Amino acid sequence: MRHHFSVRIGPVGFRIGSAWPGPIQTLRTLYADYPAPADGIADFTVRLEPGRPWRRFIRPAVEIRGDFTLPDAAPLPLAQGLLAAEMGMNLQMALGQRRYLLLHASAVERDGRALLMTGNSGAGKSTLSALLGERGWRFMGDEFALLDPATGLLHAFPRMVSLKNQAIAAMEAEAPPERFGPLLRDTPKGDIRHLRPSAAAVAAMDAPAAPALILFPRFGFAADERTVAPSEAFVRLTQASTNYVALGEAGFASLSGLVTTVPSFAIDYPDTASAVTQVERLWAEAAP
Amino acid sequence: MGGIVYRADPPAARRLVTLDALDLIYHVPSGQTHLVSEPVPQILEALVAGPADAAQIVTRLAAAHDFDPTGAEAVIAARLEELEAIGLVWRA
Repeated sequence: MRHHFSVRIGPVGFRIGSAWPGPIQTLRTLYADYPAPADGIADFTVRLEPGRPWRRFIRPAVEIRGDFTLPDAAPLPLAQGLLAAEMGMNLQMALGQRRYLLLHASAVERDGRALLMTGNSGAGKSTLSALLGERGWRFMGDEFALLDPATGLLHAFPRMVSLKNQAIAAMEAEAPPERFGPLLRDTPKGDIRHLRPSAAAVAAMDAPAAPALILFPRFGFAADERTVAPSEAFVRLTQASTNYVALGEAGFASLSGLVTTVPSFAIDYPDTASAVTQVERLWAEAAP
Repeated sequence: MGGIVYRADPPAARRLVTLDALDLIYHVPSGQTHLVSEPVPQILEALVAGPADAAQIVTRLAAAHDFDPTGAEAVIAARLEELEAIGLVWRA
């Protein structure tokens, strides 16, 4: 590829190649604090290419390719090349990760112990993790949490936080402007702006944490909470995992171990301020 | 007249994790996970002694557990049909 960039996020190395310089320049800026893949070898490759050669110049459209591809993924305009790179990285992880049980969840850490949050798109797990990351917790990731079947520990995957719509303004009030990427308007997911995790979160990304609390947040409801039984937590987490089936018995052992040892709660919250209060109280009560 | 005789894999082919009201069974040969409730783990346990029909399973369960076997045969037969459908037991 004409332009390329390699980066390690947590334990996973990526190589991103692009037919255009723009997305790579943005990635270099946003991932400036991150190391290169261990031994220079990437686990996954993402390629951002034009669907047809002339599409590099005329109405440039980015197609996401790599070790794993989705045949019906629609190309994105070049202005959204950064989003294409991020989607490509997510796709490689979702389809190719075999070392860790991959949970579609956000995670933060305090005192060596991790809080896992998972829910449907729009539930607020990403925003909550970013917010907690600015309020005394170590941000571990807003999209994927990596559970190691060998140890039961959670590994960080602190990629850039993908802030959507109203979460953008909420986080602009929390973090300094130099940590934000360009505002991407009218993407398939609405407005998106990327937030670089704090330097401390990146510096500590190799430190795993023991899971201590699982939350299933839901944004836009009156504040409420209920205990989630281990069986329900298990089902919801299998649904939140893209490689549970592929990992076989190792996946079963690590996920059943997680839900039998770590308490789970569903929380509804009307705004981020009350969410933080609920999280802090549950953490104090359930994960002392 | 005897009912349908079923058999199951040996216990080593399963990982059983008891959660709350439900149990998890990981079936090693198929790689499938099943979320089940009583008396499914007990039926599989009863089949460890060898193939059996619903009536024989009730007899085995009554010997191992404290319960009233009245009407249990129909319940066990229905569970066996479900277990056959998900591949945890098969006809001997």
